[in-house]
Amino acid sequence: MLWSAPHLPSRAMSPDTSPAIELRGASKTFRTPSGGLHTAVNGLDLTVGRGEFVAVVGPTGCGKSTTLTLVSGLEEPSEGEVLVAGEPVRGVGDKVGFVFQQDATFPWRTVLSNVMAGPRFRGVPKAEAKEKAREWLARVGLTAFEDRYPHQLSGGMRKRVALAATFVNDPEILLMDEPFSALDVQTRALMSDELLELWEGTRASVVFVTHDLEESIALADKVVVMTAGPATVKQVYDIDLPRPRKVESVRLESRFIEIYREIWESLGEEVRITRERGAAHVA
Amino acid sequence: MSPDILSTPVVDTVKTPPDRAHSRARAARRRKIVVAVFRALLLVAVLGLWELLSRTKAIDPFNFSMPSKIWDQIYTWLTHGTALGSLGEQIWYTLYEALLGWVIGVAAGVVCGIALGRITFLADVLGPYIKVLNSIPRIVLAPIFVIWFGLGPASKVASAVVLVFFPVFFNAFQGAREVDRNLVANARILGASDRRVTLQVVIPSATSWIFTSLHVSFGFALIGAIVGEYIGATKGIGLLVAQSQGTFNAAGVYAAMVILAVVALVAEGLLTFAERRIFRWKPTGSDS
Ligand SMILES: Nc1ncnc2c1ncn2[C@@H]1O[C@H](COP(=O)(O)OP(=O)(O)O)[C@@H](O)[C@H]1O
Ligand SMILES: [Mg+2]
Repeated sequence: MLWSAPHLPSRAMSPDTSPAIELRGASKTFRTPSGGLHTAVNGLDLTVGRGEFVAVVGPTGCGKSTTLTLVSGLEEPSEGEVLVAGEPVRGVGDKVGFVFQQDATFPWRTVLSNVMAGPRFRGVPKAEAKEKAREWLARVGLTAFEDRYPHQLSGGMRKRVALAATFVNDPEILLMDEPFSALDVQTRALMSDELLELWEGTRASVVFVTHDLEESIALADKVVVMTAGPATVKQVYDIDLPRPRKVESVRLESRFIEIYREIWESLGEEVRITRERGAAHVA
Repeated sequence: MSPDILSTPVVDTVKTPPDRAHSRARAARRRKIVVAVFRALLLVAVLGLWELLSRTKAIDPFNFSMPSKIWDQIYTWLTHGTALGSLGEQIWYTLYEALLGWVIGVAAGVVCGIALGRITFLADVLGPYIKVLNSIPRIVLAPIFVIWFGLGPASKVASAVVLVFFPVFFNAFQGAREVDRNLVANARILGASDRRVTLQVVIPSATSWIFTSLHVSFGFALIGAIVGEYIGATKGIGLLVAQSQGTFNAAGVYAAMVILAVVALVAEGLLTFAERRIFRWKPTGSDS
């Protein structure tokens, strides 16, 4: 519990009764280049409890990434409210960590410097930032690579850098947007296990977006199924699989398969709707 | 940039058996030598043909001069100095004006480019004016600068600045506009202020764009300085060209051109060297 100790005070300050994240009727409308309006998220209600690992699944393009940008404060909702720790989100706060779908490591910084970036941006002195960064690099097994540049690493290693760079900031809220979707299957399972281990050390509240149902069940306490776009919550499933989990073995358990079947019934329908819409567009 | 780099094969000594790697390396070396020899032959052929045509009066030696005379001219300048003073002094004078103009032009171009790239309001207000200024053929400003700033270095520096500013500005602007939105979002999430985003994300991303323009723009700075000197100066290679022309000394004009070319090549080499140091983070093989 090395990592929960330092931010105990800040947690004690915010009212413990309020959930980590709350979206109340949140909508997001984009203006398309052709001048029309496109609703990506529509009247979304979602609550994430403290220390909870929530996975959000939905068909591609339904508005999952948009939902995360609303929680992060990178974008404002067009309607409705987004609360983090009981307070309305105003711009990017210091509680949030975000692992992006695309590579977002700074290519001109070395691995060490990339992980130091967060603390440095937040005004931590250099020596201290370096020490913290080294600690997290050790956790993700990249100590030997601290002087490399991102282009000299494999995709999995770059993702580890991104994880370390996010965790080094001690986020209370961890947003992950299909973080492992670009990785091969084996690396992905490995990274998922590592993520669970890192998370269990911090007990941050997580929103993990994915379009892979297996991944979501293996990781999460709660799986939220989104409708085909514009995104609203269709159904929420509690995952009662015991922790600690290993994603490779947990997906062989009969309970896992049961849950999978149950959720797929709901998700499959949305996927089909999305696919049919796509076909209609092509035609 | 240079063909030497393009033709250097990647020798993978780990996977290929040693003898094969060896013979491949030898073949690469041989190819390099062949290229160098043919390059030298081409130069000798062109210069030889020029010399021959000139000596046989197939072309007018008075107008076209010949390589041997040009060499004599450079040699005379080197050993006895020019009519304006020592050759080194002329080179230094021109270089000083070009460098000063280049530095000022680059600094102004980068600052304005990044500022307009980041602040949409500024870009919207100033955009049309910049387009108008850019459409003026700026070399015609050189005589005006000589009138304004006199025969000294200031007028040449000014011509160099106006020539350098725009390409650097447009590249810095483009670079700031094309920054990966993910990187900016990531920096903001990690806690970067707007100022930090500009300094630590936008500027590093824009450096490849800016460097592209630096190569071209140093040439522009030299042109600015030379043209300024040509129009009116007390020293410099441009004045050397003007004087040689005034005395119908074609060899002198060519000799000054050769010297300029050497200066420009050395500067280009230094720039490439600096670029390699700065862009160590880039994957090799991607052009920079
Ligand atoms: N900045 C934007 N401008 C216009 N449309 C957008 C923008 N961002 C996302 N969209 C649209 O909103 C919808 C949802 O996108 P997104 O949240 O990225 O989906 P997901 O992450 O679920 O695949 C898509 O149709 C997408 O085209
Ligand atoms: Mg997405």
